[in-house]
Amino acid sequence: MEERSAVALQARKGERGMGGSVISLILHILSAGPALILLMLIGVVSITTPVFLKPANIGNILAQTSVIAIVALGQHLVILTRGIDLSVGANLALATVIGGLLFKVTDSSAVIIAAMLVASLAVGFVNGAVYVFGRLPHPFIITLATLSICRGIAYSIAENHTTMRGMPDFVVAIGGGDTFGVPNPFIVAMVCAGVMLVMAKAMVWGRWIYAVGGAPDAAIEMGIPVKWVLVSTYAIAGLCCGIGAVVLAGRTESSSPLFGNLLELDTIAAVIIGGASFLGGRGHVGHALVGAVMIGVIRNALNLNNFDAFIQMIAIGLVIVVAVEADVLRNYLESRARAIQATAT
Amino acid sequence: MGAPPPVLSVRNAKKRFGPVQALRGVSMDAHRGEVLALLGDNGAGKSTLVKCISGVYALDEGEIALEGELTPLHSPASARRAGIETVYQDLALFDNLTPAQNFYCGREIAAPTWLPRGLRFLKKRAMDREAAAVIDRLKVRLPKFDAPVALMSGGQRQAIAVARATVFARKVVILDEPTAALGPRESGKVLDLIKQLRAQGNAVILITHNMEHVVELADRAVVLRHGRKVGELKPDKSNRQELVSMIVGADA
Repeated sequence: MEERSAVALQARKGERGMGGSVISLILHILSAGPALILLMLIGVVSITTPVFLKPANIGNILAQTSVIAIVALGQHLVILTRGIDLSVGANLALATVIGGLLFKVTDSSAVIIAAMLVASLAVGFVNGAVYVFGRLPHPFIITLATLSICRGIAYSIAENHTTMRGMPDFVVAIGGGDTFGVPNPFIVAMVCAGVMLVMAKAMVWGRWIYAVGGAPDAAIEMGIPVKWVLVSTYAIAGLCCGIGAVVLAGRTESSSPLFGNLLELDTIAAVIIGGASFLGGRGHVGHALVGAVMIGVIRNALNLNNFDAFIQMIAIGLVIVVAVEADVLRNYLESRARAIQATAT
Repeated sequence: MGAPPPVLSVRNAKKRFGPVQALRGVSMDAHRGEVLALLGDNGAGKSTLVKCISGVYALDEGEIALEGELTPLHSPASARRAGIETVYQDLALFDNLTPAQNFYCGREIAAPTWLPRGLRFLKKRAMDREAAAVIDRLKVRLPKFDAPVALMSGGQRQAIAVARATVFARKVVILDEPTAALGPRESGKVLDLIKQLRAQGNAVILITHNMEHVVELADRAVVLRHGRKVGELKPDKSNRQELVSMIVGADA
């Protein structure tokens, strides 16, 4: 039985016309595009800026990129469901401030880390719950509101309303140490990515995320618990902010309501630059990671060559435009491929 | 005991939307192994009736029985669990997923079963294998089995949606205008699929405006007008005109 269908599938493969194969080639290039561009970028920067490949610099990029990458992993889940989470930066800042305040009364890393994670998870849960059960048409507004609320709480509860020094040793090790020469933040990011890869690709929950993003109405018709899929997605995105908060607080040995400023833009940019679709339903863990590293490499390369921070903003903005246009092109080509299918069969 | 009860039995179905009385007491039966054409002009109540059977709307009055047992259908999911599959006009396909993923979306084969459904691990190979076997058996031709449905033509997408219904159909399959957007050749393929669904022992309820398909395929036709059943007959070439008159409400 299996063999027969394999043969039948094989036989079907040769049936596409010329136009179809060109389009499917371009579609393949587009899907590999971001990774290729990242490799080319790394190649060019290594040649023009020799310092770039020095282990110290690579370690630097990995450590700096890790926070964006971890939070972008959560953002990518939200974007898969056609959503957006604007509150990630404020959520992260609030989590560090809560950690910093707790450090005044305890030096237990376990308590401090747990508090940061629970706080960020709670913010994410509120995002999802208000969006779903408050029947909001789009998560933009509620996450914008929690951005403002979290940032406000972080400022008002922080000592002197600003940065506080100090984090327990273990947190500092997570954010600033290394293991056999590999920066710990990078290891944390990779573990998060691995766990998320399993959840998104191997578990039923992950399949539901793609289903909700691909066709929300159909997901309801097919009996998927769409509301809980969405709430859990926003909660996990919140938890990722908490993990990012632990890493950032550890690396800087401080906590601050100023942290994570514009992190929402960096993470959304990372997901889109990496090749996920802003329309939802398409993307994977690799996209978030590639995008985050690309942002890190662009910033680092411009830094090493003494460009202004303003130039970095312009460069990343331009890359976003290219990435979104690539997404539009992909959708157009797919509709062309569909038309060719219709005439071919 | 006599004949088995009809697999689907609707009794005195009434449904009102604000001032509009969409169903004014419709009763009808559907039996295993038959294609029942549900006919009527726009606004006759076909879609409302079908949505009540598939769990989208709740009836204001009346009852629905499956194989003689009253069955509450609170949601599309509960109707599906009860053995009623519906292929809507919008197909309810996930463009970003492959045919096999579409087949099982919301009803994944996964383990271990002691975990909550969402936390189970997908048995991808089992789902791919089953889906490929169904596609093969139904002789649906797809360009690529592992490509997202977005890349497929209207006819192929319709075929995938109907094939999905064949995987899970145990009692009743409802098809809402399955050929409306298709050319003659693709329509023919979908009609073949409908015959296979009937041969599997399902009651197939077919909504269509295409009288040729009705005459070719339907074992029985029920005509609705203004939310009431106005006629029921076995369609053939000779009574086609009579059927049309019933639909539009002219005296035959």
